[in-house]
Order: sequence, then structure tokens, then C-alpha cells
Amino acid sequence: MIVLDDVHKSYGPQHILRGCSAEIRLGEVVVVCGPSGSGKSTLIKCINGLVPFERGTITVDGVSVSSPKTDLPALRSRIGMVFQSFELYPHMTALQNVSLAQIHVLRRSQKEADERSAKILTRVGLGDKLGQRPSQLSGGQQQRVSIARALAMNPQAMLFDEPTSALDPEMINEVLEVMQELALEGMTMIVVTHEMGFAQRVADRVLFMDRGEIVEDTPKEQFFTAPASERARQFLKQVLTH
Amino acid sequence: MSDFDWGVIARSYGFLAEGMALSALLVLVATLGGLVVGFGLALMRLSTHRLISVPAAAYVTVMRSLPLVLVLFWFYFLMPLAIGRPVGSLTSALIAFVLFEAAFYCEIIRAGIGSVRSGQSDAGLATGLRRWQVLRLIVMPQAMRAMGPLILNQIVIVFQDTSLVYVVSLHDFLTAASVVAARDGRSTEMYTLVAVVYLVICLSVTKLAEFYRKGRPS
Amino acid sequence: MNYRWDWSVLIREPYIDWLWSGLLLTLAISILSWAVALTIGIVVGVARSAPSRVARLLAGIYIDVFRSVPPLVQLFLWYFVLPEIVPDGVGLWLKRDLPYPEIVTAVVAIGLFAGARVAEQVRAGIEAVGAPLLPAALATGLRPLQAFRLIALPLGLRAIVGPLTSEFLITIKLSSLSLTIGVLELTAQSRHVENYTFQGFEAFTFATVGYLVIGLCATGLMRLIDGRIGGASLRKATT
Repeated sequence: MIVLDDVHKSYGPQHILRGCSAEIRLGEVVVVCGPSGSGKSTLIKCINGLVPFERGTITVDGVSVSSPKTDLPALRSRIGMVFQSFELYPHMTALQNVSLAQIHVLRRSQKEADERSAKILTRVGLGDKLGQRPSQLSGGQQQRVSIARALAMNPQAMLFDEPTSALDPEMINEVLEVMQELALEGMTMIVVTHEMGFAQRVADRVLFMDRGEIVEDTPKEQFFTAPASERARQFLKQVLTH
Repeated sequence: MSDFDWGVIARSYGFLAEGMALSALLVLVATLGGLVVGFGLALMRLSTHRLISVPAAAYVTVMRSLPLVLVLFWFYFLMPLAIGRPVGSLTSALIAFVLFEAAFYCEIIRAGIGSVRSGQSDAGLATGLRRWQVLRLIVMPQAMRAMGPLILNQIVIVFQDTSLVYVVSLHDFLTAASVVAARDGRSTEMYTLVAVVYLVICLSVTKLAEFYRKGRPS
Repeated sequence: MNYRWDWSVLIREPYIDWLWSGLLLTLAISILSWAVALTIGIVVGVARSAPSRVARLLAGIYIDVFRSVPPLVQLFLWYFVLPEIVPDGVGLWLKRDLPYPEIVTAVVAIGLFAGARVAEQVRAGIEAVGAPLLPAALATGLRPLQAFRLIALPLGLRAIVGPLTSEFLITIKLSSLSLTIGVLELTAQSRHVENYTFQGFEAFTFATVGYLVIGLCATGLMRLIDGRIGGASLRKATT
């Protein structure tokens, strides 16, 4: 459902993405990993058009992300995104955070939106935190609100940009559990993460990136047992020994 | 040393109050108009189209490098030419104030918007909100917190600036006092009064802004 | 809009002399006021961050008062009121014998106002950049006064050269206030030319460009100094 074809992206003289191609099918869970600075975050931000790219195409359900004719907000409303630093709106309660886009994008009524928000927040284990502001929540709770915010839009796919990197170690699991549940329900997911345990348990496929290139695109079993490239072997050695 | 006659203040009370009313009118119009025009300029400056952002940036830079006195003279001279008939100095001063202060409010609003992390916009956009919705629902409410004290401080500066309409012979508070001072030969009493009144008003608002900034850590 | 353009007024006698002398006077008043402002600003700013409570209080009062009264009102106080309230002998001297009384008054008034603003920057600089290093300086055995004089003050001052640029620009703009007490600086002379020739466009454009050029030079100069002393990196280190 998501097809990347020869995507290039530069910031000034820095060539961040050098011709990335991949295909993500409906219901697949794809983990993107690689050393920092390899372009993982940039790549998934290209998928919903948050980062414009110079060359190549990305299509979501056949709709081109970079075409000027595309209604980008409508496309984004069908793809949920979760950020490394949560990016909850600090001036709103958890409930309001989750309801906002439902009201202003999907045109749901306030009541309808709030009911759905409450239901989803309960599902991620935060039914008792509806009226809390982000500053009153722990990091793990904030990230779960942020997942709920994305889910409330009934997305066809979810993008996760290092969802646990900003969390204290004891909070990582509560977020990963929610993500794992989502995967089991058949959600299409692209997850940028360093959590190799999560990748081993949940991923169907692993994209390994280094210096702006997708070096490997392999089923998870093969990636962890017999990676094809030397760079991936080095990377695995480093992350798995820690 | 001459003897002081503070009774002159009581005798000219009505005239001075009219002057203060004009000062207040100037502050009100310059602030509201300046905020509206300044907001437009800030949006232009944030645009990714250089054809939109560069002229706005140039306007702000030029306005901020000029003394208000010169800007008042410019508009005093330009307005009749632009309209084709004489206009009062009040009209030209009001327009000059709005367009002058807009440059300063533009920078305050831009700083306020800039104080909101770009990730906040990304998060809003990622849920499918449109740019103006992100600005209205997510960015501006947060920017307001940073802007509040700055706007209060700018209002103090605008109030001080209004004293400059002296140069186009508008009877604001200072000018009214200077008229009485010259008429009755009481400059000591009148200018002291003006200084004390400005001091009390401006200092109160400044302290309010400080309190507002410290009282609400974010 | 019917307007007869005539840019030649700008190079015709006597207008060219008027405008040019106005420009020079604006420059002179700006630089002199800035010197006053820096002196006052450093003294008051240091007092504001001094350990003595009395010094801090007095400096705070100075800053509050001089920032809150509009600069034009301050100018009038120095020009019209001061000679009346000092002893007769001094008053007479101020009125009769002070050389260039309008210019001197303008420089003092603008300098004292801008000085209050500079003092706030100095205090902020010492607080943000200098003060955090005091414990380390004391730990090396320096006495408190030495630590302040050798470490906190110089670093604080270096860090604020960048922020002081806008105070310098404000001082330049303030120089135009002196026209209200009869100083024929740049703005006054351009008005003068307009009154005589009705070529307001040309005259005010000259003044506008004049202020822009002076402002650009001032910004460039401050940036040069800031670059030389590494102020930007000092500011970055604390944020």
C-alpha cells in the first residue's frame, strides 16, 4: 500500500537520502533501523509529506505524496504518526489532544469525538487520565496518548519515529506492548526503532539503513540470523551486545 | 529658585485630561491596528515564498531603523498627497503609528510563533489538520504565553511613543502640559507632573508584565 | 497624485549643506549619547548585580525610573526644569554659559535613558554568563571581589555585545528627539528642506537612507566586535 521509489533528499550540501526504494504491503509491520544519522527519521517523514523530497516518488494507496494535486492533509489523516518527543499539545488535556483532529478534520461532533477518544484512551490503559494535561503525565503515558491521538483518526497505516527513544527504561515496555497489540490486530506499521527485541517479536521485515541508503530489505528471521551486508553485521553486533 | 504653584495643575485639569484621552486613543489604535497589521506581516515573513517573505522583512527592517519622529513627518507629508486633499494631523498620526508599531508587533508575534517547537506543527499536520488550523489551534495558543509579557512591554513603549506627536502639534498629554507650562510660565510643575504620571503608569504595567512572566513558568 | 519630482534639491545649495550638517550632527549625538549610555549602563548594571543590597536597590530604582518616563519628557525635564530648580548660580550658568546647551542636554538626556536600558542588559549578561562561573572562580582561591572583577564581569560584558546592538540602534533613533529643543539634526533638517522647497519626498528619503546607512554601519560594527571577542559562543554556552 506504500511504495517508495528512488527517493532522494538533501539538506543543502548534505545528501540525507540517496535513492531509497521499498514497498510496504497491507498489514505488514516493517522495522527500520540503522546507525543514527542514516536517514531513518527523514525517510518516514517523507511518507506523509512532512519532509519534502527532491527526486523519486512515494505513493500511498496509489496517491502520490509529492504531487501538487494531492490533498496532502486528507492523505495525512489516513496515516497516523507517533513522534520521538510525543509532541502532545501542552495546552490541552489528554482527551482534547485526541479529539482535536477528529473534530477539525473528520468533522465529528464534539460529543462523538470525545466518546471515541475516551474509548481509545481506555484501550491504551489511560481511561483514568482523560482530564490530565501532558505535563501531569509520565513519558510513557504521554506516548500512549500520542498513539491514541493517531488511532482516533482510524488510520490505514501508522508511522512510528523512534517512539521509545525519549523514554526512561522502565516506561519503554508499556509503549511497546500497545504497539505489539496494534500489530497483532493487523495494523500496517512502519517503525523506526533501536528496540531489536521488538523487531524480533513483532516485525515481518527489517529495513536496514546506512548513510541514506536502504542497505538491506529482508524478512526478520534472515536479518537477525544471516544479514547479507557487512554493515548490518557490524550494526547488529553493536546493538545486540549492549 | 522660583516659588512653585502646584495649583496650576488643578486649574488646568480638564485640558490635561483631554490630552490624556488623546494619548489613550493613540495607544489603543496603535496597539490594536499594530497587532493586526503585525500579525499579517509575521505570516508573510514566515512564508516559504521569497516574493512574500522578503518584502515583509524589508518593511520591518526599514521601519525599525527609522525614528518615529521621521515616520510621523513622512505620513504628515504623504497622506494629503495620497488622498488628494488635506487630512488632519490626527489621521496621519494614527496611520503612522499603526504602520510603525506593526513592525515591532510583527517581531514579537514572530518570536512567539518561533518559541513553539516545530514538532508541534508536524504533529498537527500529521493528523491531517491544514496549515491555518495548526496555526490557530496549536501554535497560536502556545505562542500567546510567550508573547503576553512582550506585548505588555510594547504597550508601555507605545504609550511613551505617543508623546512624540508633540512634533505634529497634536494635543496629547505631554503637549497639553507643555501648552500650560508655556502659557502660565510653570514648566517645573507641569513637566514634573507629566513625568510622575508616566512613571506611575508605565512602571505599573512593566511590573505587571514581570509578574506575569515569572508567575507562569512554562 | 500630482507631485513634481526634483531630486536636484538634494545636491543644491544651501539644502545639501543643511542635510549634510544634519547627518553629521545625528552621528555626533548618537555616538556621544552611546558613550554616556555605556558608562552609565555598566556602572548601574554592575551595581544591580552587586552583593550590597543598597547598591542593588539604588540601581534598580534608577533603571525603573529612567525606563518608565518617556525619553522626550526626560529631555524636557533636563532642558526646561533643571535650570529652575538648581541654585541660582548654577541655573544661570546652565542657561548662559554652557556651550552648545541644546546638544549637551540632548546627549545627557538620551544617554541617561539609554543607560538604564543598557544596565538591564549588563545585569542580565552577568547573571546568565558570569555568575554561574563564580563558584568555580572562588574554588580556585580568588576573593569574591576578584572573582567578580576578573571572571564574572568581563565574561558578562562580552556576552552582551550582540544584544547591545539593538540598544545602540535605539540610541541612534533617539537622537532625533533633540529636534524638539532646537537641535538641527538629520530629521529636523529634512523637515526644514521640505518646508522651504515642498520636496518632501526627496528630503525625507535622504533622511530615511541616512538612518538606514548609519544603522547598518552600527550593526556591522557591533557584529565585528562580537565576532572578535567570541560573544556568540559565550551566549550559546549558557543556553
